[in-house]
Amino acid sequence: MTSNTQTNNDVVLEVDDLRTYFQTRWGTVKAVDGVSFSLRRGEVLGIVGESGSGKSVTMLSLMRLVPTPPGHIVGGKIILDGEDLLQMSEREMSKLRGSKIGLIIQDPMTSLNPVFTIGNQVSEAIKIHQDIPKKRVLERTLDVLRKVNIPAAESRVRDYPHQMSGGMRQRVVGAISISCEPTVLIADEPTTSLDVTIQAQYLRLLKDLQRDSNMALIFITHDFGIVAKMCDQVAVMYAGKIVEHGSVRDIFNQPSHPYTEALLASVPKLEEDVDRLYSIEGQPPTLHDLPQGCPFAPRCQYTMDRCREEYPPEVIASAGHSASCWRLV
Amino acid sequence: MTLNPTQMMSSSNSVEPEVLLEASDLKKHFPVTSGLLFSKVTGYIKAVDGVSFRIRVGETLGLVGESGCGKSTTAKMLLMLEDPTEGSIHFQGEDLYQAGAAKRREYRSSVQAVFQDPWSSLNPRMRVKDLIAEPMVINWQLSRGEVSDRVEKLLGDVGLNSYHANLYPHEFSGGQRQRLAIARALSLNPKLIVLDEPVSALDVSIRAQIMNLLKDLQQEYNVSYLLIAHHLATVRYMCDWVAVMYLGQIVEFARVKDLFNNPSHPYTKALMSAALPSHPDIEQDETILTGEVPSPLNPPQGCRFHPRCPVVMDRCSQEIPELKEITADHLVSCHLY
Repeated sequence: MTSNTQTNNDVVLEVDDLRTYFQTRWGTVKAVDGVSFSLRRGEVLGIVGESGSGKSVTMLSLMRLVPTPPGHIVGGKIILDGEDLLQMSEREMSKLRGSKIGLIIQDPMTSLNPVFTIGNQVSEAIKIHQDIPKKRVLERTLDVLRKVNIPAAESRVRDYPHQMSGGMRQRVVGAISISCEPTVLIADEPTTSLDVTIQAQYLRLLKDLQRDSNMALIFITHDFGIVAKMCDQVAVMYAGKIVEHGSVRDIFNQPSHPYTEALLASVPKLEEDVDRLYSIEGQPPTLHDLPQGCPFAPRCQYTMDRCREEYPPEVIASAGHSASCWRLV
Repeated sequence: MTLNPTQMMSSSNSVEPEVLLEASDLKKHFPVTSGLLFSKVTGYIKAVDGVSFRIRVGETLGLVGESGCGKSTTAKMLLMLEDPTEGSIHFQGEDLYQAGAAKRREYRSSVQAVFQDPWSSLNPRMRVKDLIAEPMVINWQLSRGEVSDRVEKLLGDVGLNSYHANLYPHEFSGGQRQRLAIARALSLNPKLIVLDEPVSALDVSIRAQIMNLLKDLQQEYNVSYLLIAHHLATVRYMCDWVAVMYLGQIVEFARVKDLFNNPSHPYTKALMSAALPSHPDIEQDETILTGEVPSPLNPPQGCRFHPRCPVVMDRCSQEIPELKEITADHLVSCHLY
């Protein structure tokens, strides 16, 4: 669980004040509203949030895949290895996708093309992004498939996706994303459709791959269990903003934002009996109709008058641990 | 392989609530056919293969296992949506498949279900009041006023307001819809509710609301639950008894506290170690299973778990282990015991 030795100049990805808005008929939806974080080489960041918190749009913005219209990245910087992705042309960006920045999405059933063999799909990424002779492409494809523990890779390359189980397909998707050794790999809920024992296999595999190649990994999830198992850093999102950011131990031991605290208390625990779970009242807010002030205020157990008037500033709780809440000011 | 129900009976003392439902040696085999016109049966998928358990009044039994282990088919047989190939279900002491049509009709209305996805389980064209009233209108002779009084009471019980009665399902959020599904399931005062992954489609912050609601309603209505879940922590929070299933059979059956404090079957242990920890400092002994669940069309000889088992012995591939009681009310089917 410990991250590798890092210094500040190891930063591979820096996101600064990212804003992605959607124009809808109900008005402007600020799906991502001023998100900043940085990621060092070999570090695993978990972005936690519920549906509508903006975690997936953050991921799409990093890949510059926000559907436009209705969505627009209206501000901020995304600096990957010293280059600002938002200043790049579409052509430069498509060279980067899959080579420097990889993506594993949730559903292995729909992210593979059913009419091509898996060998075909893995080698496609290699052919596009790597300048290697044709003869070596197959070799490299088999290498990658072995890396993700596909048994009998030589015969499996000729299989179609429907001939494989869900866990196996998700590993193929993983193989495609790591085939070009990306600096940053984004995994958007990669295990939600998998069974528990298959999920454990897959998480172990991702962790091993990440350690071996020292890549930076962003985990997008709603599950604190995955965070506890996989991540070094955690960013908790609510209504388009990061409300708390810190190391995984800070977040679990001293959650500072009431939302984080409530979420942690509302999850049943495997290791101990819980008499009664804390339940957060109300629903997650609709983004086109956010309340004034802190969007969590209507559900918060510590609400003060000030919370309903003004959005709280980011407060440093300890080194590397910050939260946006008036209680901390 | 059969669990001997009397064996369990003997160990339970008189303080236990009475048994509501007892399934003995339930089997469901689906034929696999080949050929279009003169199709012939080429094999059977043994989705459920000899499952026995009992559910007591006011208690919750959890069925845990991976996809394809037969937990949903078991639930469907209890709901009489599938007829078992073999075996029997006794409800309040009466054999359902020997009973007459009237008794079976009564059974159907006293066993209800809440499904995983509240977006597809509620008819989008019906108003909430009609959705909740439908089972009562069909099964009971009530006046219109009595029905609407009861709808109002049910809405209140699940934490909604009476003004919600005139709305349509699309006007509700996921958590509220699941509340509606629960209200509908409760409308006939059922004795047993089958909960098929009731919270896994909901947002994290909503799950605790629904789980707490289900627990409160169990107290109030004294209803029994059969909970199907894959999330072990949810099972620990919700259940009194747990049955762990693998490839159509129960491999371990115990009280929730015995199962979590002393998981005994290697598959249960593997499930526990594969489950995600609740804190980063919790070190898990990682016995990650290799491979995947074999096909139920052609299950392995002997113990069905032996190809993936970390502590496999010679006899495991030849002899089928019996479900044995290792301590009071704790049954395991493994040659280790």
